Amino acid sequence: MSVSVRIPTILRTYTDGASEVNGEGATLREVFQKLESDYPGIGARILDETGKIRRFVNVYVGEEDVRFAEGLDTPTPDGAQISVIPAVAGG
Amino acid sequence: MALATAETKTSLDFGPAVALACRECGTRYDLGPLFACAECFGPLEVAYTWNSPEGDAAPVTRRQIEAGPADIWRYRALLPVPADVASKPNLAPGWTKLVPARNLARELGMRSLHVKDDSGNPTHSFKDRVVAIALEAARNFGFHTLSCSSTGNLAGAVTAAAARAGLDACVFIPSNLEEAKIVMASVFGGRLVGIEGSYDDVNRFCSELIGDPMSDRWGFVNVNLRPYYAEGSKTLSYEIAEQLGWRIPDQIVVPVASGSQLTKIDKGFKELIRLGLVDDKPYKIFGAQAEGCSPVSTAYKAGHDTVRPVKPNTIAKSLAIGNPADGPYVLDIARRTGGAVEDVTDAEVVDAIRLLARTEGIFAETAGGVTVGVLRKLLVGGALDPDAETVVLNTGDGLKTLDAVSSEARPTAVIRPSLSAFRAAVAENS
Repeated sequence: MSVSVRIPTILRTYTDGASEVNGEGATLREVFQKLESDYPGIGARILDETGKIRRFVNVYVGEEDVRFAEGLDTPTPDGAQISVIPAVAGG
Repeated sequence: MALATAETKTSLDFGPAVALACRECGTRYDLGPLFACAECFGPLEVAYTWNSPEGDAAPVTRRQIEAGPADIWRYRALLPVPADVASKPNLAPGWTKLVPARNLARELGMRSLHVKDDSGNPTHSFKDRVVAIALEAARNFGFHTLSCSSTGNLAGAVTAAAARAGLDACVFIPSNLEEAKIVMASVFGGRLVGIEGSYDDVNRFCSELIGDPMSDRWGFVNVNLRPYYAEGSKTLSYEIAEQLGWRIPDQIVVPVASGSQLTKIDKGFKELIRLGLVDDKPYKIFGAQAEGCSPVSTAYKAGHDTVRPVKPNTIAKSLAIGNPADGPYVLDIARRTGGAVEDVTDAEVVDAIRLLARTEGIFAETAGGVTVGVLRKLLVGGALDPDAETVVLNTGDGLKTLDAVSSEARPTAVIRPSLSAFRAAVAENS
């Protein structure tokens, strides 16, 4: 599955400044694995040592926060847009 | 490099603030419009001269604070602001009343209860405190527009502060907010944009907008200015302690939306102790949520140390943050201090608004109904000690959430202007 991944400013040093990159994978986990092989080091910024999404990172597939879906096993259909966003308190 | 949205100016004046530090991993950064750690995405906090190991142990005395202005700037030596902050155009919020709530205490069977009534701020919510600090940061960084994602109160505080300071404003809210909050956010000028979605959708939108050229030189008070902004909530604990006679209360009940305010109230108390401005003593912090948006209290009751996001559905819209970024810290603090996190139904919120109004003459917004409702529930359940000195926060004005009570708060009677009609009405209602 071909998807696009929006990269937050904080991680654009890994993508040569690109704010959006192409990705591949049937699930979010596969997309992140491919992202790591294309941009070495970026995976460890999004996932912690145990392989889970970091506590202060929000990931969306389309409009859906993956914590409401199946986390890293969330399907990523062809053409899906994935967003990685730092969590921010506010109100 | 941490997440930045503008070049950092070389001549910054943040008073006693010296750096930003990651709350999770401790990595330090130069002061700048940054909010997330490049190493772990953790939130950044302001570090001061006086809280470094080699720092000044006593940057200010009680007497110096007491001689200061009747607003948050009396604590400027403990905030990331320049010494002359009070002389610049701003809303000068704070120093709101700490009301001895004797009638409410009697009704609840408590010995000592105070209401910290932050509806007395310039735009009628505690948000004026945090925005005042963020405004100074925006000036320092040379931003021309103040912005935010908001559940309502913040939007009004930002547009008003921008108007006073002569900056542009562009604020974002869920489009289904209470009418009064929409009017309040719009009347001060600037652009008010309703987003079709929840606050969490608005927050996500702003987080993406911040990396876009459209928002160049914008200060999002609760995103790229968040480390500075959040420090404003510490002034609640400073004021409460000073108003009690330089004493920290035994128990405090605080509303929880993102959780930022509760964590900063804890930080404020710890700072006062560390600086010797109050005696060291234990205190308990209790978090209050509405049942329809209670991810933190759910995690607390389940014994979890992480928070699973929810989709909010409550009349307490100012607390309707389903994905609270500081939720894990709220859990840590409630457990560390011996407090708790509890929630109440919307019906209990309305009942608590009316209870506070009836007993103390304070008309709270729904968030205040949440804290008073949780106070009552925790007393009944035995988690709160009725004999201990207790403070409950009211963070906003009931005039902004009239819908919550408008069906119940009606005239006792509508009569012709005659004594006989009044006599009949009195007889009917007695």
